Formats: sequence, structure tokens, C-alpha cells
Amino acid sequence: MLQVKNINVYYDNIHALSDVSFEVKQGEIVTLIGANGAGKTTTLKSVSGVIKPKSGEIHFKQQPIVNTPSHQLLPLGMAHVPEGRRVFSRMTVEENLELGAYIVKNKVQIKEDKEKMFDQFPRLKERRKQLAGTMSGGEQQMLAIARALMSRPELILMDEPSMGLAPVLVQEIFKIIERINKSGMTVLLVEQNANMALQIAHRAYVLETGKVVLSGEGKQLLEDDGVRKAYLGA
Amino acid sequence: MDYGTLFIQQIINGLHLGSIYALIALGYTMVYGIVRLINFAHGEIIMVGAYTSYIMMNVFGVNIVVALIAAVIVCSIFGVTIEKIAYKPLRNAPKMWALITAIGVSFFLQSTVMVIFGVNAIPYPTLFSDLIQVGSLQISQIMIVSLALALALMLSLELFIKKTRLGKAMRASSEDAEAAALMGISVDKTISTAFMIGSALAAIGGVLFAVAYPQIKPLMGVMPGLKAFIAAVLGGIGVIPGAMLGGFILGLIESLTKGFVSAFWPNATLWADAILFSVLIIVLLLKPSGILGKNVREKV
Repeated sequence: MLQVKNINVYYDNIHALSDVSFEVKQGEIVTLIGANGAGKTTTLKSVSGVIKPKSGEIHFKQQPIVNTPSHQLLPLGMAHVPEGRRVFSRMTVEENLELGAYIVKNKVQIKEDKEKMFDQFPRLKERRKQLAGTMSGGEQQMLAIARALMSRPELILMDEPSMGLAPVLVQEIFKIIERINKSGMTVLLVEQNANMALQIAHRAYVLETGKVVLSGEGKQLLEDDGVRKAYLGA
Repeated sequence: MDYGTLFIQQIINGLHLGSIYALIALGYTMVYGIVRLINFAHGEIIMVGAYTSYIMMNVFGVNIVVALIAAVIVCSIFGVTIEKIAYKPLRNAPKMWALITAIGVSFFLQSTVMVIFGVNAIPYPTLFSDLIQVGSLQISQIMIVSLALALALMLSLELFIKKTRLGKAMRASSEDAEAAALMGISVDKTISTAFMIGSALAAIGGVLFAVAYPQIKPLMGVMPGLKAFIAAVLGGIGVIPGAMLGGFILGLIESLTKGFVSAFWPNATLWADAILFSVLIIVLLLKPSGILGKNVREKV
């Protein structure tokens, strides 16, 4: 579904990503793990058109998308839950969801999907008229995910969805990601919580200082000594 | 005229002037809300609007309504084009570059009009000048027309921003442009819309201003533009109801100062401007984000 081939990204003189390649197949959960500054977010932003790589190719559903601006990727079926949630804090929960469905023309579908999200995330239903900025971090993260689902994407990119959340909520967020995946959506997940990410991922790539240094099945990397030492604290 | 009547009279005048400032201030605030740019060429759009309506009435012989619509169309095109040519290429450049460019655009428009129409003031047709006498108060038709038109436009704008899909997209872009793009919102389109609506309102403000003070000149946009900018800052730049509130407050301060100071000292107009700019300084000192402004949160 998504092929990334040898992308290079520079921030001024800093070589942030060098020859990063990976692939996400339909129906998978693929995770990119790595330390702070390894280039995980940069990789995700390159995929979703926020950053334009200097060289390399990105194909989504066989289409080249390196030159496609961010806002044209959602109509192709790729949604991005950005790092730090980035909900529209001065707008209500309901308005946030409606913006998630900005590209959807069918009003009936928007209404149905909104109700579906309220069923899946009852907390959002209670707070539908509340300003998103007044909610807790966990609720905002759920809103950010629900907002991305409103466009009915085929591939959903998630950047550090567990960041800054209490352990109970972290568990819940990962359950939600698995549920989304089981409902047929492909997931590309960037995480610092390597342990949790590897448990739910079909496949994983390990990034170190802008390079892919290791890849394999999630469970397999969970057993890998190097990964355990570097990222799982064992 | 006793002081009570003078007070009420100046309140009415202030609401009239304030409605014009408010219309112009909306353009500053909408553009700032999305692109974080003080569009200093906005004042010149007022002038372009006034000249357009003048040409329409004097050369093509149309009535004021048609002239107003023409001014709205011409100014919208100007606003969008200026953004595309002058500001868009600088979108990712340091903010100061765009600000200086805006001042450049402002000079360019002033000079172009000077070359074509000369530097002198041209008398504008006298319209809606009938006075309505209410007790000892004098209300001209233009006051009622201006106030009604401005209020109707502000209400429509508020509904547009709150309820429509494009309005919501504009609010989203103003809060977080990158996240808005991830929702499939074309930020370019929302920026164009902000410039279009802002310039259309400035055109109407310009025509109302020319009707109220019936003459036009190349530099006529400078002072109202500057005062509307103060109004936008006073109300909280980037906040739409703030621009409206700021506009009315400014109009009231100006006309009350003129009315009462002129009772004691000559040169009331100069006093009024001095007081207005003092208000800006005091607001910036006490509450830099403006009356309705949110505390500025720097993005990291």
C-alpha cells in the first residue's frame, strides 16, 4: 500500500534522514521505533507531505506522492494523526470531527460517522459541545484519532499517540489502534513506547540517527537482544 | 446645544464612524488570524474602493448600489491578487519581509492612483445627506445606512465563520495551518478567502467613508486604515468579534473627543488622533493580546 524508497531529508545542513526505505502492506500495523531524534516524525511528515524529501520516492497505492501537497493526500485515502494531537482547541469536539470529514461531501455519511465515533469513544459523546482544548490529554488523543477516522481513510499514520498519557490510557490507545486495524484499516505507527508498539505491530523498522538499522516482525524484534537493550530497557 | 444632547449626538456619530472602522478592521484581523501578517496595504484597498465607486458613478453613471458592488468586486480581485503576487512567495520567509513588502504594496497603490488621478482631493457625490431631526439631535441618512449595513455584514460574517464549511476551515487554518492541511483543507484557498472577504469589507468601508466625508484622495486610506488597525489590535488581533468591538470603541472615543475637546480647545481633530494612539499604547502596555484576545501561545 505504501512504499518508501531511499528518501533523504535535510534540515539546513543536518542530514535528518538518509536513504530511509520501508514498506507498509495492506491490512498491516507497521511501526517505526527509535530514540528521540532518530527521524521517526520526520519520516512520517515526509510521507504525509508536510516535509518534502530532497531525494527518494514515495508511492501510495502505486501512485507517486512525493510532490503531492499535504491537503491532497486525504482524498487519496491517507490520514495523519500528528504528534502532540493537534486538535483544534478553540473548536468544539463536534466541530473537530466535522473538520476531519472536511473532504466528505455526503452529509448523511458525516452524520453517521459522527455517531459511530461517539459509539466508539463515549467520552467524546459526553463532551461533544465542549471546546477540545479544555479536555484531558487522553481525551484529546481519542479526538485526534476519531477526527482522522472521519474521512474513512485506508491508511492511517499515527505519530506518538501514547505520548504523555497515563499508563492506563496508553493501554487503551493501543487497544483502539488494534481495533481500528481489525476493522480493515492499515496503520503506520511511530512510537517511543517500543514495547507496546512491537506487541501490536505485524512488522517493525528500527530507526537510528536517520537510518533504518533493523527490521522484522514485531514479535521477533521484541525478542531481539539489541532491541531489548536499546529500547526496551532490558 | 447642552452637554447631554452633545453627548448623545457624539455617541451616534461615534457609532457611525465606528461601524466603518469595524468593517475595515475585520480585514486586518482575518488576514492576521491565518497568515500572521499585518497587511499594511489594507488601507489602500479602502482608497481603491472609493475611487472605483467614484468612477462607476461619474464615468458610467450608475447609482451608488451598483457602484458599491463594483467596488467590492474590484477590491476583492485586488486583495486576492496582491496576496498571490506579493505575499505568497514570502510565506515561509521571515515575517519582517512580508511586512516590508506590505508597506511597499501600499506605496505602490498610492503612487499609481496619484499618477492616474493626481494628488488633489476630488469631490465625491453628495449622497444620503438628508438630516433627520429627532428632538435636538441630528441624524443623517448615511449614519443609519452605514450602521445598518455594517451590522448586517458583521452578522453575516459571524454566521459564515461559525456555521459554514469554509468558515470552519478558516478557523481551523487560523488555529493550526499544518493540522488543517492534514484535514484536507487547502490553506491557500482559505488565505485567498480571507483576503477576498477582508478586501470586500474594506471596499464597503471605503465607499461609506467617502459618502460620509465626501471627497476622495490618494492618501485617504492611510488614517482610516491605521485607525482600523488600532481597532483590530485593541479588540485582539485575530479575533473577529474583537475587531468589531475595537472599531466601535475607537469610533466612540474619536467622536466624543472631537465633540467635547472642541468645546474647549481648537484643533479637536488632532487631539482626537493623539488620544486614539494613546489608547493603543495603553492597551499594548496593559493587555498586549487586546480586549478579547487570547493569550498568545507560541508554537514549538
